[in-house]
Amino acid sequence: MSEAQPPAQALRPPAARIAGEPRGGYLRAVAAVVWKDLVAELRSRELLGAMLVFALLVILIFNFALELDVRTRATITSGVLWVTFAFAGTLGLNRSMAIEKDRGCLDGLLLAPVDRSAIYFGKVIGNLAFMLIVAAIVLPTYSALYNTNLFRPGLLLVILLGSIGYVVVGTLLAAMAVQARTRDVLLPILLFPVVLPVLVAAVKASNGFLQDLPLAEILPWVNLLIVYDVIFAAVSLMVFDFVVEE
Amino acid sequence: MEASPKALRSLTWLTAALFAVALYMVLFYAPREMVMGDVQRVFYFHVAAGWVGALAFLVTAVTGGIYLARKDRRWDNVATASVEIGVVFTLINIVSGSIWARPIWNTWWTWDPRLVTATIMELIYVAYLMLRQGIEDPDRRARFGSVYGILGFLSVPLTFLSIRIFRTIHPVVVGSGDPTAEGTFDMTPRMLQAFMFSLLTFSFLYATLLWHRVRLGRLSEKVEQLKMKVLSA
Repeated sequence: MSEAQPPAQALRPPAARIAGEPRGGYLRAVAAVVWKDLVAELRSRELLGAMLVFALLVILIFNFALELDVRTRATITSGVLWVTFAFAGTLGLNRSMAIEKDRGCLDGLLLAPVDRSAIYFGKVIGNLAFMLIVAAIVLPTYSALYNTNLFRPGLLLVILLGSIGYVVVGTLLAAMAVQARTRDVLLPILLFPVVLPVLVAAVKASNGFLQDLPLAEILPWVNLLIVYDVIFAAVSLMVFDFVVEE
Repeated sequence: MEASPKALRSLTWLTAALFAVALYMVLFYAPREMVMGDVQRVFYFHVAAGWVGALAFLVTAVTGGIYLARKDRRWDNVATASVEIGVVFTLINIVSGSIWARPIWNTWWTWDPRLVTATIMELIYVAYLMLRQGIEDPDRRARFGSVYGILGFLSVPLTFLSIRIFRTIHPVVVGSGDPTAEGTFDMTPRMLQAFMFSLLTFSFLYATLLWHRVRLGRLSEKVEQLKMKVLSA
C-alpha cells in the first residue's frame, strides 16, 4: 500500500495553509478539496476503476447492439462516446458524493471556515478530473479498437467543454441525490433531462469535428456549449449553499 | 376540519360554469375547420393545457426562489401544488397533440422541437416529484425541490434552443409538419374567440386547482403536526 502513495509532506501544504492566511485562501481551499479527492482516489482506486470498466463495457455493448461497422461508425461515434461519458459520469458523480455523505466527510467539509462555493468548485474540479481521465483512456481504446484516430484538437476541446457542463450540474444534483432515500436511481433521473441541452450540443459539435464538417457549421455548437457551461455553472453556484446547508 | 372558504367555493363554481361555456364554444360555436375537419377542435384545449403547464412551472420556479429567500414553508407548498398541476396539464397537452397529429401528420409523434421540449419538461417535473418523494425531512425536501424547480425551469428553454438549432443546421424531414404546423390555418373571428375563451377558462381552472391543492397541502401539514402531538403526548 505504501509505495504508491506520494509522501505525506506533499499532501499537507495546501490544506494546512488555509487557516493561517485568509487572503488568497479561496483558491487554496478549492485546491485542497480537489487534492483531497485525488489523494483519496489514488489510495482507494475504487471510483476511477469502476468508471473505466463501466465505460469500456458500454462501448462493448454498443459494438454488438449497433453493429459498429465502418459506415455506421462514421455517423454515430460521437453519440456512442457521449452516452459512454454520460453513463460513466453518473457513476462517478454518485460515488464521489456518496463517499462524502456516508463517512460524514461532508459535515467536516462544511465545518471548515471557507466559502461554500470553494467546496463546490473543489468537487466540480475533482469530478471533472475523473471524467477527463476516463475520456483519456476511452479515446485511445476506441481509436485502437476501431482503427481510427479520435485525437483531434477540436474533439478534445468539445469533450472538455461538454464535461464541464455535465459536471457543474451533476455535482449539484449528486449532492442532492445522495441525501435522498432512492439515491442510486435518482441521480440519472434528475440529471439527464436537465443536462440534455449540453449533451445535444456536445454530440453535435463532436460529430462535426469527427466528420470534418466546415468550421462554420460546428462553431455555433461550440459557442452554445460555452454559453450553457456559463449559465449552468452560475446557477449551480448560486444554489449550492441551499443544498448543503443543515 | 374547516370548510373550504366561501371565495374558493365561488371560484370553483365559476370555473365549472366557464368550462361548460368553453366546451360549448369549442364544440359548437367555433366553425368547422375546412381542411382538417373536426379534429382541429383539439387545438383549443391543447394550447390552453400547454399554457397552463408552462405557467405552472413558472410559478414553481418563482415560488421556489421565494422559499429559498424567506424559508417560509407556505411558498414551498405552492411550488409543489403547482408542479402537480403542471405535470397533469403538460400530459394533457402532449396526449391531445398526439391525437391531433395522428390524422394530420399521419403519425403520433415527430421529433419536432416543441414536442421534444414539452416531453423533456414533463420528465423534469416527474423527476422533481420523485426527488421530493425520496426525502423525509420537510425542510430539506423544500430546499431541494426549490433548487431543482429553478434549475429545471432554466433548462427547458435551453433544450428548446438546442433542438431548434439542431433542426435548422440539419433539416431532418421525418414527417415534416410544416404545412399544418401551428399558425398555418387562419382563425376566423369565432375561432379566435373560442381560443381566447379556452385560454381564460384554463387559467381559471389552474387557479382553482392550485387553491384547492395548496389548501390540501396546508391541511395535511396540520394533520402531520396533530399526529406528532398525539404521539408525543
